[in-house]
Amino acid sequence: MENFTVNRTDKEDISVLYIGGFLDAHTAPDLENAIQNLIDGERYKIIVNFNDLTYISSAGLGVFMGYIELIRNNDGDIKMSNMSPKIFRVFDLLGFPTLYDIVDDEIKALENFK
Amino acid sequence: MTNVDKKHKKAKSIRPKFEGEYKLRIPSATDNLELIRGFVAKVAEKVGFCPDDIGKIELACDEACTNVMKHAYDKKSKNTSLDVLIKIDYQKLTLVVTDHGKGFNPNTIPMPNLKEYLAELKVGGLGIYLMRTLMDEVDYDIKPGVQNRVRMVKYLIDRKKSELVQ
Repeated sequence: MENFTVNRTDKEDISVLYIGGFLDAHTAPDLENAIQNLIDGERYKIIVNFNDLTYISSAGLGVFMGYIELIRNNDGDIKMSNMSPKIFRVFDLLGFPTLYDIVDDEIKALENFK
Repeated sequence: MTNVDKKHKKAKSIRPKFEGEYKLRIPSATDNLELIRGFVAKVAEKVGFCPDDIGKIELACDEACTNVMKHAYDKKSKNTSLDVLIKIDYQKLTLVVTDHGKGFNPNTIPMPNLKEYLAELKVGGLGIYLMRTLMDEVDYDIKPGVQNRVRMVKYLIDRKKSELVQ
């Protein structure tokens, strides 16, 4: 099994990244590449679906911090959905829920872009 | 007895299922993080920590090792190994991460004001905050180029009993 997976689906002008496995300092560059590809294609409305992610460290959270300003400056956002309680707790410890739109499921994330 | 010891004595500590030491010496490379986390999680599970605390110990260790892998050594370094030592003794698990790299002054890394920190979108530096938040004790012994150590402690607490005490 691959230790980290990222798959992309485009829904009109919104791109959804489905991430799975574990996101640490070793695998964070894979997520960086996926987000960079979206930016290169001028796709700034991004949903990250965490449904299959089992582990995250600060290196993983750092990826979102590294891109959010550029994305918001281009009228976009990174919205996050389907986090397990374990993953959400790490985001919560670092105060992310006040700065990022974290919702229960992808449908809600799509609605929040409208 | 320190304040932390008193707090945990009051919280009805339980004895670990065994006492002893486990040590892993491993090249300082991020592709070993998964292996390190597996090692730490297995030992913590064997000791009797609950899944929530196992997750905290695993993440704190990941953050300490990631700091070593990212910052301790440069390309000229010959010995780029790091050691993860787990000591199990009365009431607690002690995790010691040791490297022989550049080291840093822990006093220059204050606990960030998270709100300001995140508002400024600073990348990195959150690992040390997480370590201090997830573990009961964190301290450093830094001797640059000789030996740098991060020591972290998690007390083994009977969660059900400690809830009754509070």
